[in-house]
Amino acid sequence: MSIMEYNGGSVIAMVGKDCVAIASDLRLGNQALGISSNFQKIFQMTDRIFLGLPGLATDVTTLKETFRYRVNMYTIKEERELEPETFAHMVSSALYERRFGPYFIEPVMCGLQKTHTGEYKPFIAATDLIGCLNFAKDFVVAGTASTKLYGVAEGLWEPDLEPEDLFETCAQTLLNAVDRDAYSGWGAEVYVLTKDKVIRRTLKGRMD
Amino acid sequence: MATADGGAYSYSLTVFSPSGKLVQIEHALAAVSSGTTSLGIKASNGIVIATEKKTSSILIDDTMIDKVSVICPNIGIVYSGMGPDFRVLVAKARKSAQAYWKIYGEYPPTKVLVQEIATIMQQATQSGGVRPYGVSLLVAGWDITRGPSLYQVDPSGSFWAWKASAIGKNMVNAKTFLEKRYNDDISLEDAIHTALLTLKEGFEGHMTEKTIEIGVITVPSDADLAAGKIEGTGRVKPTFRKLTEEEVRDYLAM
Repeated sequence: MSIMEYNGGSVIAMVGKDCVAIASDLRLGNQALGISSNFQKIFQMTDRIFLGLPGLATDVTTLKETFRYRVNMYTIKEERELEPETFAHMVSSALYERRFGPYFIEPVMCGLQKTHTGEYKPFIAATDLIGCLNFAKDFVVAGTASTKLYGVAEGLWEPDLEPEDLFETCAQTLLNAVDRDAYSGWGAEVYVLTKDKVIRRTLKGRMD
Repeated sequence: MATADGGAYSYSLTVFSPSGKLVQIEHALAAVSSGTTSLGIKASNGIVIATEKKTSSILIDDTMIDKVSVICPNIGIVYSGMGPDFRVLVAKARKSAQAYWKIYGEYPPTKVLVQEIATIMQQATQSGGVRPYGVSLLVAGWDITRGPSLYQVDPSGSFWAWKASAIGKNMVNAKTFLEKRYNDDISLEDAIHTALLTLKEGFEGHMTEKTIEIGVITVPSDADLAAGKIEGTGRVKPTFRKLTEEEVRDYLAM
């Protein structure tokens, strides 16, 4: 039994038209035994960066605090807002620093990147547990249901979805994928990030 | 009493004199003001930093002397004061820029690198067994957040942002000259000429491409920024570069 599947959980992020979405399940387990149905894995790092941390629950808590600290230090020291792409590199280097005793987390992040013209461009990225970056143009997945998430997302995602359509696509992809995974599920939450608002919705899911 | 001027306070630089001075830092500033003149001017579309390159003998191969240094593709510095101390600071600054790149995948903004250099210089005023760096620096850089910026860093570790400044032997005269010549919408080309004119004021000997060094920051165009990273190398187009001897000669001829 892999340590990556010890607590279970999955996250997905998707790109839409001038918006991004990130969704996770809410299960915390001890192998096959369900412990909690409100275990958060998605965290807001700045006004326009979200981070999903599927993997070992103890490392979820540690890394959430580590990145909160690092983002705050960056913002204070540099007196500027952290950009999603820079944040992705920060995550990557933090994980690679523990190359030979890694955190058992595969982070997924999304955000809106400021361009030189002052507009905002959707951004998503994911890394493996030692920080190998994957900048995708469509969607990124991670967690115990990742193989299923790939399958459903391949079928449902299309380019330039409006925020509400992106929400539906992301939510349905997650809900249907985690139903095929014993270690993910027990409810879900979805965030849709647009240039002027964040939509957060909690979803009910199958409780078996 | 150790010496006539600084008294018992002139050796251990971690000890304040009763008047509140750290005498070793004052000595370091004296070393700077006896160094060759350097100056920087911020223009509307870039920055110029320039310095006088003086050799003690005509037998010295001056092609091997570098007074303007590239720290990373978007930042360059020039100094007045002690050459060897500058070399050490350049090595540390470059290392710091690369360490930043390793974490964030981009080179540091000017302000962050200046803070980093200033911290190193401050540490030399508070640690045991070391002396302060005998240099003042002019740091020119460009970054996406703050655009072009020009900083001066002193041996004490204090730093300021300038529109134009001069350090070294003729700094007082040069600054007065710059105050008269400077305006907010000066172009880079004009700034380079003003820089040369200012250096000329206190120049000993003949101004040639061998005795002048110039570095420039060019503010990238919207097209450059839109292009982003260059295909293949994965790097962005550098914004700082040193002018070649040919280019310096052309500016001197104009």
